[in-house]
Amino acid sequence: MHWEFELVILVFLLAAAIVALRSKDLLAAVVTLSVYSFMAALICAVMGAVDVGFTEAVVGAGITGVLFIVAIYQTERKSVD
Amino acid sequence: MERGREGIDPMRGYYDDRIVALSSRLVVPFIQLFALYVVFHGHYSPGGGFQGGAMLAASFLLIRLSVGSDGAQLQFRKGWGTPGSSIGTLIYLVTGLSTLLLGGYFLDYSQLPLGMGESETRSMGILIVEIGVAVAVACTLTAIYDDLVGEEGRRGSPHDA
Repeated sequence: MHWEFELVILVFLLAAAIVALRSKDLLAAVVTLSVYSFMAALICAVMGAVDVGFTEAVVGAGITGVLFIVAIYQTERKSVD
Repeated sequence: MERGREGIDPMRGYYDDRIVALSSRLVVPFIQLFALYVVFHGHYSPGGGFQGGAMLAASFLLIRLSVGSDGAQLQFRKGWGTPGSSIGTLIYLVTGLSTLLLGGYFLDYSQLPLGMGESETRSMGILIVEIGVAVAVACTLTAIYDDLVGEEGRRGSPHDA
C-alpha cells in the first residue's frame, strides 16, 4: 500500500548493504550495517510485521553494532606472528 | 592500525567525553522505562520478553560505552551477568515445572495458584515467564559485552599482553 515509501527504504537498504560490503574501514562498515538493520526494521514495520521489525531494530541496530565495535577494537587487522 | 594504540583502553579513552556521557545518562532511564513497558505489554502488543530484555541490555551497553566500564559498575556490575541469566532461566523453569506439579501440563498457566480467574491467571503466567526471559536476555547480552571487553587491567588488544 505504501509502495513509494517501501521503495525509498529499499534503495537506502541496498545502498547501505553495498557500502557495508565494499568499505575498507571496519568501523564504517559496522555503522552502515546498523543503518542496513534499521532500514530492514523499517521495511518490516511498513509491511505490517511490527514484531519482527521491533526485534530487528533492537537486536540488529542496537546490540550487534555494539558487539561488532568491541570486537573491532579488541582485535587487529593484521596478525602479529 | 592507529586506532588500537597501546596504553589507551580503546573502550574508554576514546569515549571519555562529558557531553556524550551526560546525554547518554539522560537517555538511558527512558530507554529502560520503555523496555519495561515492552516487557509488561508483551501479551497484546508487539514486543515481549526478548525485545524488552534486549532493550534493557542496550541501555546497559550504552552506559558502558559512554562512561566506560568502571563507571558502569554502579549501574550493572560485571559479576551480575551469569547469575542474572541463571535466575531468569530459573524463573521460566520454576513456572513451567510448578504447573506440571500442580496437575497441568508444562507451562499450563491456568494451574498457577494466583487466586484469580482462569484467563487472568494465564495472563499473569505469561507475564512471569516473560519477566524471566527479559532478565535472562538482558544479563546474557551484558555478560557477552563484558567478556568481550575483558578484564579490568587489560589494555588495548589481546596481542599486546
